[in-house]
Amino acid sequence: MNRPGVDRSGTGGAAAPATGSGRIRTPLPFPTAAKPAVADAQLRANLHRATRTIRAKRARVVDEVPDWEALRDAGSAIKADVQRRLPELLEQFEASATAAGATVHWARDAAEACRIVVALTRAAGADEVVKVKSMATQEIELNEALEAAGIAAYETDLAELIVQLGEDTPSHILVPAIHYNRAQIREIFQRRMPDAPPDLSDEPAALAEVARAHLRRRFLSARVAVSGANFAIADTGTLVVVESEGNGRMCLTLPETLISVVGVEKLLPTFTDLEVFLQLLPRSSTGERMNPYTSMWTGVTPNDGPQAVHVVLVDNGRSAVLADPVGRPALSCIRCSACLNVCPVYERAGGHAYGSVYPGPIGAILSPQLTGVADNASLPYASTLCGACYDVCPVKINIPEILVHLRQQAPHPVAEKATMRVLAWVMRSPRRWATALRLARVGAGPLGAYRERRSGARTLRRLPWPASAWTRSRDLPLPAPQTFREWWEKQ
Amino acid sequence: MRIALFITCVNDIAYPATGIAVTRILRRLGHTVDFPTGQTCCGQMHANTGYRAEAMPMVRNYVDVFDRYDAIVAPSGSCTAMIRDQYPRLHPPATSVAARTFELSELLVDVLGVTDVGAEFPETVTYHPTCHGLRMLRLGDRPLKLLRQVRGIRLVELGDAEECCGFGGTFALKNPAVSGAMLTDKCARVRETGARVLAAADNSCLAHIGGGLDRHRSGVRAMHYAEILAATGATS
Repeated sequence: MNRPGVDRSGTGGAAAPATGSGRIRTPLPFPTAAKPAVADAQLRANLHRATRTIRAKRARVVDEVPDWEALRDAGSAIKADVQRRLPELLEQFEASATAAGATVHWARDAAEACRIVVALTRAAGADEVVKVKSMATQEIELNEALEAAGIAAYETDLAELIVQLGEDTPSHILVPAIHYNRAQIREIFQRRMPDAPPDLSDEPAALAEVARAHLRRRFLSARVAVSGANFAIADTGTLVVVESEGNGRMCLTLPETLISVVGVEKLLPTFTDLEVFLQLLPRSSTGERMNPYTSMWTGVTPNDGPQAVHVVLVDNGRSAVLADPVGRPALSCIRCSACLNVCPVYERAGGHAYGSVYPGPIGAILSPQLTGVADNASLPYASTLCGACYDVCPVKINIPEILVHLRQQAPHPVAEKATMRVLAWVMRSPRRWATALRLARVGAGPLGAYRERRSGARTLRRLPWPASAWTRSRDLPLPAPQTFREWWEKQ
Repeated sequence: MRIALFITCVNDIAYPATGIAVTRILRRLGHTVDFPTGQTCCGQMHANTGYRAEAMPMVRNYVDVFDRYDAIVAPSGSCTAMIRDQYPRLHPPATSVAARTFELSELLVDVLGVTDVGAEFPETVTYHPTCHGLRMLRLGDRPLKLLRQVRGIRLVELGDAEECCGFGGTFALKNPAVSGAMLTDKCARVRETGARVLAAADNSCLAHIGGGLDRHRSGVRAMHYAEILAATGATS
């Protein structure tokens, strides 16, 4: 089997690493997809309230850690080390996990990963699986592949369950149902959960209780579980899942067969490295000092827990990301979602606008790298480069720098390219630039005088396309009656 | 000290008053100010929109024009950030001149050691710390230190001050819906302060927020903080 990230031949270097597929592509350009979200007042209010609450919580618990910056540096350094030694660490992980009784599978892309999971589920004789929240399985569109193979997949994370019952897709990494309020959730439960009482209230405790009873029946009947992993430890072969509800732990311990789908970037070199990440992750994601449940398993434990344990290591474009030294740190992401919660663009546009299972600032750099920038060209522009994401990133991914780097690779619209080139030609010559400034000032002169007579403001209210993109929301300042350099020369 | 002015393209064409204000402040403090006319634009718009190759001649021109000065001052957080943060990576010979390039408040507070520039401005003012000044240059409260010393000024706090206004260079044109939504929220926060003047360190962000405030006929004036520091009461 072809091993992603471990091509050490050095001879097959002619072929670039394969790009990824699955739910990481934008079906619509970001500006188009964001439009309905911006216009949806309920959605905007839900997102505003949720992101504001969680970012305040994060800020509080981060502030109380005296060595937070040192932890970020440590996390960043460990991840950089993983990226330097990924092939070696993957082989070490495979050896350790296999020695502990797990079976390791390698998947080049989404389709291959799905085929492996379907085959393993069939081999276990099951026609349903329970799932613990996993970004990787959403990325490879595993639920759809299982359904096509006649296997029902049940999400057990509460928010994932809401999204699945609502026949929707997640819009946030940590809080997939962030775009719903509790009245909307109650409505989904009543419509799609046969066991929900008709007088169900929208109190969070009541909603959680109904979901709990619903899920308990699933856990007790399922023979196969599918999980992701937050971390995979190379030296011990251990997988780690960090969660809040305990539903994950039910999946990881009750079924006979456990299949874990893990992106190759999830590796950590040693068990002691966890010390850093178990401090960084909960504070950055849920704003808690520690998450309620951390589950770890290493292969098979005789007569305890799943007796058949499989790990599917997924590349799906990650080797291509690894090959770019500037973009590579995107693979350091621990999916905490802190960047989403501080991003003013995410707060207005919501997660669905990104079209990818990875929304927000991290999605804007990760998704285009996984698929190839040309296929996701609007995402690197879905940011004002305000830098708030970089400040909160627990592993110090310089998201603005990578956004700018990816914009260099994006295919540029013809008219934009022509305009930019002309402007660059003018601006690279002081003489041409001075002339252009004078011409703009002279040209705007009559317009300015006209506007001043009318309203006293030297701005324009309406301009034709494409400048209408500006004047739809705001007035445009006109060139001043005298440029700075004209003033300088006259004084 | 021989200080060179870098007047950004937006300032030169639409906001010459900002450059004039910087000149007045520095002269009032007894410094010689020079404006080398060979300067054009820092290239930020090109580099950040994905046209690095097109920006490179501007980067090289900046080095040619400014390398002979002790200090260069630009009344723009984002252009200064472009020069200080991106130039050394784009063009290694720019490293030294980049380190000598300062945003106005850095020059005044850190290099010249001044916080009272002898200004008077009897108005209610709120201050928006623009993203590049805030997060790339880490200006901190330097501009506020300067504004607090202005005679007659009444500074009021801006809600959600650290949130981006939605300008983002070409973002405002490429993502008009999201940019407009961010602008609406920023303008609402500005109006809630009751201030008559909104000050900031970047005329591009001010063109955006000011354009939004004008559109909603809020009566709030958007102003570069250099113009407040240059004001002496009588001529504001």
